[in-house]
Amino acid sequence: MAEKLPKPSEMAQVEFKPQPQGWMDPKVQFHKGTFNYGFNPRSAEYLDLPNPRKWNPTAEDWHLPPNWKEIILDGLRDRLQRFRSLQVFMDICVRCGACADKCHYFIGSGDPKNMPVLRAELLRSVYRKDFTTAGKLMGKMAGARELTVDVLKEWFYYFHQCTECRRCSVFCPYGIDTAEITIIARELLNLVGLGIDWIVTPAANCFRTGNHLGIQPHGFKDSVEFAVDDLEEITGVRVEPSINRKGAEALFVMPSADYFGDPHYFGFLGYLALLHEVGLDYTFSAFASEGGNFGLFHSNEMMKRLNAKIYEEAKRLKVKWILGGECGHMWRVLHQYMDTMNGPADFLEVPRSPITGTVFDNARSTKMVHICEFTADLLYHNKLKIDPSRNDDFRVTFHDSCNTARAMGILEEPRYIINKVCNYFYEMPENTIREQTFCCGSGSGLGTDENLEMRLRGGLPRGSAVKFVREKHNVNTLACICAIDKATLPAVMDYWAPGVQVCGVHELVGNALIMRGEKARATNLRGEPLPGKEQTDE
Amino acid sequence: MRILFSLAAVLALLLVAYVGVAAAGGSYFFLVVFPYLALAAFFIGIIYRILKWAGAPVPFHIPTTCGQQKSLGWIKPAKLEAPSTTWQVIGRMALEILLFRSLFRNTKAERVPGEKVVYGSCKWLWAAGLAFHWSFLIVFIRHLRLFLEPIPQAMIWLENLDGFFQVSVPGVLITDIILLSAITFLFLRRIFSRQIRYISLAADYFPLFLIFGIAATGVLMRHFFKVDLKAVKQFAIGLVSFSPLQPEGLGIIFYLHIFLVFVLIAYFPFSKLMHIGGIFLSPTRNLANNSRAVRHINLWNPKVKMHSYQEWEDEFHDLIIGAGLPLDKE
Repeated sequence: MAEKLPKPSEMAQVEFKPQPQGWMDPKVQFHKGTFNYGFNPRSAEYLDLPNPRKWNPTAEDWHLPPNWKEIILDGLRDRLQRFRSLQVFMDICVRCGACADKCHYFIGSGDPKNMPVLRAELLRSVYRKDFTTAGKLMGKMAGARELTVDVLKEWFYYFHQCTECRRCSVFCPYGIDTAEITIIARELLNLVGLGIDWIVTPAANCFRTGNHLGIQPHGFKDSVEFAVDDLEEITGVRVEPSINRKGAEALFVMPSADYFGDPHYFGFLGYLALLHEVGLDYTFSAFASEGGNFGLFHSNEMMKRLNAKIYEEAKRLKVKWILGGECGHMWRVLHQYMDTMNGPADFLEVPRSPITGTVFDNARSTKMVHICEFTADLLYHNKLKIDPSRNDDFRVTFHDSCNTARAMGILEEPRYIINKVCNYFYEMPENTIREQTFCCGSGSGLGTDENLEMRLRGGLPRGSAVKFVREKHNVNTLACICAIDKATLPAVMDYWAPGVQVCGVHELVGNALIMRGEKARATNLRGEPLPGKEQTDE
Repeated sequence: MRILFSLAAVLALLLVAYVGVAAAGGSYFFLVVFPYLALAAFFIGIIYRILKWAGAPVPFHIPTTCGQQKSLGWIKPAKLEAPSTTWQVIGRMALEILLFRSLFRNTKAERVPGEKVVYGSCKWLWAAGLAFHWSFLIVFIRHLRLFLEPIPQAMIWLENLDGFFQVSVPGVLITDIILLSAITFLFLRRIFSRQIRYISLAADYFPLFLIFGIAATGVLMRHFFKVDLKAVKQFAIGLVSFSPLQPEGLGIIFYLHIFLVFVLIAYFPFSKLMHIGGIFLSPTRNLANNSRAVRHINLWNPKVKMHSYQEWEDEFHDLIIGAGLPLDKE
């Protein structure tokens, strides 16, 4: 990040900044630090996306195809007929304003076009102009706007300042979901080649290698082996995971950041320890080496293309069911889209934990279980030996990820686990957790360095809530179950609540888990001395 | 500008009715032609809208979960916030439609020193919205007495209850006061909150002025410019039995009142007021959170270009062997 950031005390001075001419004026300032770069055309070509070209958001000319307007309006017409959500959400907003101050980007920026209602109006105004009689006849007075290049640029800017977190839809009296509007607006933008690189390039990687980071089969194997060695060094137990093995009971799918990113990696060690300890017969896949799905941030078609490999691998490897790691948007796709897009998974069996006998009836069609459901069930049935005091250096609070909270409802499972494996757990204020949780500010493909100022602005509400429990309870650890959170919240914490580290729930599980045959552990999974063991290393 | 435009539109409508009746003697238009036109627009418009919405498929299962999912047997699910069965969805929808559940959650973000934001409870919008909608509904039901002979006993009880505070004769009705106060609050909120004023369109002010006009002319008619109720009832019954009458004794205020009423009826299907229909079809609210238990079907599930395992294995063949990973055929 080349530009210097304002100080937290300056950035927190947010004022409501309406445009004097009213919101219908579409002029946007592409201020450095608040937008993402356009895609690398090679990635777009690899995915056969329309209108691949090099372009720059700050340039005057975006090299749009000559019939761009027709493409967008035809695309909108088509989607109005295919998505009831879009048709209804375009028609029924009463602009009551309940959503206005619910968006983390609005709270952190004061930019009125970050109020969910206005973000939607950016699209709605064009809808009125071209698809409603009142808009055609009365124009501006009916809230209708002509689609111009400036409007398109405004769309690009503001529909990449929405993390599709759905917090506004919790408060909307009609359930209008800005995520749905943003998803469709981004589909329209992508029709004329206006996608961002941080979405399109990971998607291209994922399509080719199986994961967003572009890790090839040998790299995947190396990562797993590296983790096995690390875990052995810490615990004295050598675990033996398999990759691409046929006939295992379960396929384990996780976001690629888990085996390549920090602090995700420590949670990966936690999975390895746990699954070994309970003796689950499972395999990884180097092809389905990504549970996350940046296609969700691009278009429903891309989501389907990237998601297909999970069922394909489950079928090829002849497993009975699928277990999924910690990730937010991955679980939105698995919970709400996968079965519809790439099902039915009639070649799998209803998931049943071989350790407890629990049948996961809630996943009887998709056949995919969340690791927190799996672990909470183990703990409830006392199948794990736990020493929570190993986590005593961690004073923990829990950040619900947007997607797992508002597009799934997995709220109690992670809390149950944390309470079992930690002695010090404190909740943030109630309007900032569970279904009202605040986004990390970097979701939906916006977690880039070039977008850092906007990410920190969007991170203000979360940072502020963490700061509150840090001051009140000396909280020093923010646990979460989302790969994007783990990747981006450390920067948000350093900025708004310094001294608070970020970890996965299964890192805490791995720390507390007493494994059969383990040596006297001196360190936690991060290699830091355990409480009371600080002096022992000589 | 948007406010003045909307206010002017409602005043112009009143003027049209006044001049039309007082000067042009157009009672046939105001009592027969326009009501039927408005009712036709209302029913055709609503059917068109609903069919258009219902005609668009719901490709994906996207409920917004506002509570704990149903998963493990010993974890209590939030049946009304993350419903997993049809009956629970009906419960969630009933809370939403009858009590405005989501609006009840409303908070207000405020900055406090130390780079912090806090969220206070803010129920004013919920309270005013609920007061407005419920009093409007009761006023609407009260008016059904004009169309029914004999008047059902329940309706008389309702009116007696409504007129509990017998301040004057005829008694002041509580719902009239609540309706006018609530709509005034909603209007003032729209103009005094900078954020809300900024987002408001003419289409937001117009219905407020229109409904205020209807309620105000109604109250004036009841308490100050009395009209012959027998004549009103003759008109009402004539209208719904398709034998329209133009009885004598309907004061000018009555014409002003019903003209605005029928403007509202005609305007309804083409405006944001259709939110009453839309809420029933909102996919974030009317679907059960059971998408892993029951497969949701997308009618247009697209054929897309995939990248199969075999293509992957072919591309990375040597690397897979080099890493000692099994090939598919082994």
